[in-house]
Amino acid sequence: MEQLNGWFTDLLSNNAIFTANTLGFYWDGLVTTVQLVFLSLLIGVILAVPLAIGRGSKRRWIKLPIYAYTYVFRGTPLLIQLYLVYYGVVFFDGIQDSIFWVVFKEAFFPALIAFTLNTAAYTTEIFHGAIKNTAKGEIEAARAYGMSRKLMMRRIILPSAFRRALPAYGNEVIFMLHASAVASVVTIMDLTGAAYYVYARFYAPFDAFIFVALIYLCLTFSIMFLFRRLEKRLLAHLRPRGA
Amino acid sequence: MIDLQGYGPRLLEGAMVTIELAVLSLILAVILGLLTASAKLSRNRLIHGIGTLYTTLVRGVPDLVLMMLLFYGGQIGINMLTDQLYYAFDIDIFININAFVAGVITIGLIFGAYMGETFRGAFQAVEEGQMEAARAYGMSPLLAFRRVRFPLMMRHALPGIGNNWMVLLKTTALVSIIGLTDMVRVAAEATKATHEPFLFMIPVAMIYLLIATLSEWGFAKLTKRYNTGFGESSEWNN
Repeated sequence: MEQLNGWFTDLLSNNAIFTANTLGFYWDGLVTTVQLVFLSLLIGVILAVPLAIGRGSKRRWIKLPIYAYTYVFRGTPLLIQLYLVYYGVVFFDGIQDSIFWVVFKEAFFPALIAFTLNTAAYTTEIFHGAIKNTAKGEIEAARAYGMSRKLMMRRIILPSAFRRALPAYGNEVIFMLHASAVASVVTIMDLTGAAYYVYARFYAPFDAFIFVALIYLCLTFSIMFLFRRLEKRLLAHLRPRGA
Repeated sequence: MIDLQGYGPRLLEGAMVTIELAVLSLILAVILGLLTASAKLSRNRLIHGIGTLYTTLVRGVPDLVLMMLLFYGGQIGINMLTDQLYYAFDIDIFININAFVAGVITIGLIFGAYMGETFRGAFQAVEEGQMEAARAYGMSPLLAFRRVRFPLMMRHALPGIGNNWMVLLKTTALVSIIGLTDMVRVAAEATKATHEPFLFMIPVAMIYLLIATLSEWGFAKLTKRYNTGFGESSEWNN
């Protein structure tokens, strides 16, 4: 530990760019990025479950609006959605006088709204696909047990669909982490924002951006590892039986 | 054309930049993807390792960070290189990376990795028997690739290429951040000047949707073409 500490102090003292100060920037950026991504994914999932069920409804007035929503949000760049929310939020009458302005004044909440709407659209489609692909036999068995549609959805279809959606959802989580880099455009000091600041201050693009790329790589690998573990546990029944 | 407070024509020019950028980077990505797929299927461990490193690194880092690294770092890197050339060989050249070239190179590099994965899977899906038959006919390796492996591979690769193209199209919006005047940047500038975000952002979003819808239709046609002989669905494959 002593040695490691000494090595670390040495490294920092011989280094003009990665001082405790700039490392602090990166740390704050990491916290902001993780908060932004985690919150938007969480709210996105909560929104996506009812939307995915509605997306598979037979009633057109439920199905079509949801389809239109996912089509628009999956067909346009996140950056456009972010700009629309960020610059458009002031057009809601009276928002600047209301108590909400305290939070909307900061760029964090418009970004959170844009990210949430975006990930909810993708997640809806992922869940919808998984629900649609539920094995016929499972549904028939549920019906044979005399389950109502609601009960069947809750006990059979959703648990089965969520498990099968896991790999695709893992990709969406990584996609969201990477997409969150655009938050730096609307003045948010996330990881990319911190890297840009360090680059601009020291004119050192390689140090600033490669360092942040490594942090993103670590985050990506941790997410991948987590989902692998989850898949192993939750999808054990779908694995081919070992010899 | 709709005037949009005088920004209409510029927005249209921006749209052309977006399309050019997307198409050029797609071409670069396909070339890189084919190379990467061959590298990852190679028996040579070094080449295989390089291919794997490339796809892992690119897919683990956000597009925007890579773009900034290549755009801001690329100029400095090239300047260092030309400086070295000047000191060593007295060759005086100056290369200026403009935002468009940087954009094409970065987006091509990023999606080359994704395309590589798509092509690798598709190449593996081609039955060896088909290639053996081609060899038995005395086709040269190049001819066998062109007439047998490539068309068969495309059937499996098309859905992946279609997906990648859709994502690539949306990624082009990021070049507005590093200073290329595509339609997103025009819209962002117009928004800042006039404080009317909806007037400019919604048409841009519509153009993206239009391109996406058109290309979806185009890919459906292509899929049909490459599915000739395999029936309507891919039942045969199971």
